[in-house]
Amino acid sequence: MGINVELEKCIGCSLCVRACGVNAIKIVDKKAVIDLEKCNLCASCVEACKKYQAITITKESSGGTKNIADYKNVAVFIEQHEGVVAGVSYEMLGEGRKLADQLKEKLVAVLLGNNMQKNADELIKFGADRVVYYNSEKLANFQDDSYAQIVSEFVDAEKPAIVLAGASAIGRSFIPKVAARVWGGLTADCTKLDIDVEKHLLLGTRPAFGGNLMATIICPDHRPQIATVRHKVMKAAIRDDHRTGEVIVHNVDAEALNIRTTIVDIVKEVESTVNITEADIIVSGGRGMGKPENMALVKELAEVLGAAVGASRAAVDAGWIPYSHQVGQTGKTVCPKLYVACGISGSVQHMAGMQSSDYIIAINKDPNADIFQIANLGIVGDVMEVLPALTRAFKESLGK
Amino acid sequence: MNIVVCIKQVPGTTQVKINPETGTLIRDGVEAVVNPFDEYAIEEALRIKERVGNAVVKIITMGPPQAEEALKSAIALGADEAYLISDRAFAGSDTWATSYTVARGIQSLGPVDLIICGKQAIDGDTAQVGPGVAEMLDLPFVAWVRKVEEITETSIRVERMMENGYEVVSMPLPGLITVVKEINVPRMASLKGKMRAKKAVITKLTAEALKADPDKIGHKGSPTQVFRSFVPERKGGGEKISGEVPELVSKIKSTILDLNVIR
Repeated sequence: MGINVELEKCIGCSLCVRACGVNAIKIVDKKAVIDLEKCNLCASCVEACKKYQAITITKESSGGTKNIADYKNVAVFIEQHEGVVAGVSYEMLGEGRKLADQLKEKLVAVLLGNNMQKNADELIKFGADRVVYYNSEKLANFQDDSYAQIVSEFVDAEKPAIVLAGASAIGRSFIPKVAARVWGGLTADCTKLDIDVEKHLLLGTRPAFGGNLMATIICPDHRPQIATVRHKVMKAAIRDDHRTGEVIVHNVDAEALNIRTTIVDIVKEVESTVNITEADIIVSGGRGMGKPENMALVKELAEVLGAAVGASRAAVDAGWIPYSHQVGQTGKTVCPKLYVACGISGSVQHMAGMQSSDYIIAINKDPNADIFQIANLGIVGDVMEVLPALTRAFKESLGK
Repeated sequence: MNIVVCIKQVPGTTQVKINPETGTLIRDGVEAVVNPFDEYAIEEALRIKERVGNAVVKIITMGPPQAEEALKSAIALGADEAYLISDRAFAGSDTWATSYTVARGIQSLGPVDLIICGKQAIDGDTAQVGPGVAEMLDLPFVAWVRKVEEITETSIRVERMMENGYEVVSMPLPGLITVVKEINVPRMASLKGKMRAKKAVITKLTAEALKADPDKIGHKGSPTQVFRSFVPERKGGGEKISGEVPELVSKIKSTILDLNVIR
């Protein structure tokens, strides 16, 4: 393992010096010198030097997974809530189908639940070649212990080359436990997946630094290659009733499940019925709404559009709306088809949570608000006047 | 009761700027801070200590020697002991190798009742090390904790944030939780605390001290590697209009209708 500068290629341009996050590189006699005490092998300099290709990182293999060739097929974890398959799982089926086709391998869906045989059969129509369904009363609700145990067993038995799951509260809670257990490579919260067909590698691209930097992650020596994938980025699978496939049902012995946590209560808390991470449209309010009562203007527009209600940290901190509505780095990351930012100035942290939305409309009094830098349509105006008028206009035209 | 808090030193990201010429992140002169989510973890540990009385709060981090600063700021807030896992051999660790290493570090501290982590670090944004450590130590685990309802010597009852609300979950101890921002408002360091931090002794833990398996640490123990990193293309600002309200409303309305997103 090591990092190396090829002196004949290095021209001393210092691009790598600026790219380095830990100040490990200096230019000495017009050549880059890397301080190995400081370097954390993040590869930022390799990227910065792609024009000259003077810096290389070599890796000593840990041996990794034995018999990598035994690992085949793309598996998708199917998330369910109260027996209903989550929207993000259809997106995983859509994307998983594409990856499997590229690799000329099968798409396998893994479902954990109670009395969900019908849903298991339906997954075939949504693109799976094979469904492995684990059935038990004790699998009805998500629990880290049981889900990590069963999905790890599934990985050991089925040996998928790739495993995808939604980057949801559930997926991001227990999938890292599966990865820890099977020593697989896990990439969190991907917004793009590609396949290197020749090398049979998954390329998972994900935002880091609150969306300021994108990183493409690979897992060459270990299997499976696991990725959690952000909501609303991948296209959902479309139902095709002509598809056929195989459904395998495992009736899990409850005794075999070692569940240490107990769910005492499940409380639904969202003021609208729309889950903001799965919504196609989000209307968000910020400090510019002025006072708690005015958040009603945001909610009314959201209602008439069939949208979810979001909020900036300022609105949440002021106690105008619960934290579960917060969009941004310390709240939720969303990418709806339409994001309407009302009275939100656009802090770096807020924009990190919504800048990948397909279309952004910002309404703000201040013509210099940062939010306008990323808005497709910027409306310089008073939210107090624009919002009620807009809601009325939609009510009339949509006949609501 | 022994409480261990895992923290990470990160760049204060609000100051992250992009060099327009090279398109890379400017990190020179960026102040290093304790990951904000870990501040909630530290605060919750201190509150639990205040609640149960007889408890020791130990802070552990993995990072370069300068991460000592992060540990000192935790001492200043009231933590009792601090440990720095630091060794060249850990360079290039991904979340798997980090989970393994931090787990080894925690094991070296003796008996532990509760481990608290922030839900994620704001530089990597992976949220994988908390659950990874729980798995490596074979401990029960609850993510996204927004409230500790009750804690005893042998169990804890917490509220876990989900997309549409929350779940009340109880768990036997020892166990691990990751906390979200909503859980508390972190205190400021007192003058006395800052004085204590100056004098505090930070225990350094090397790969050898942890008896870490060389195949499982650093680059070698890491299944994943960065293939490339790049700065995303910014969406340039689109059209910006001002004018009378009816005009603005009709522009917004026609734009939304053209998008064809209303069901």
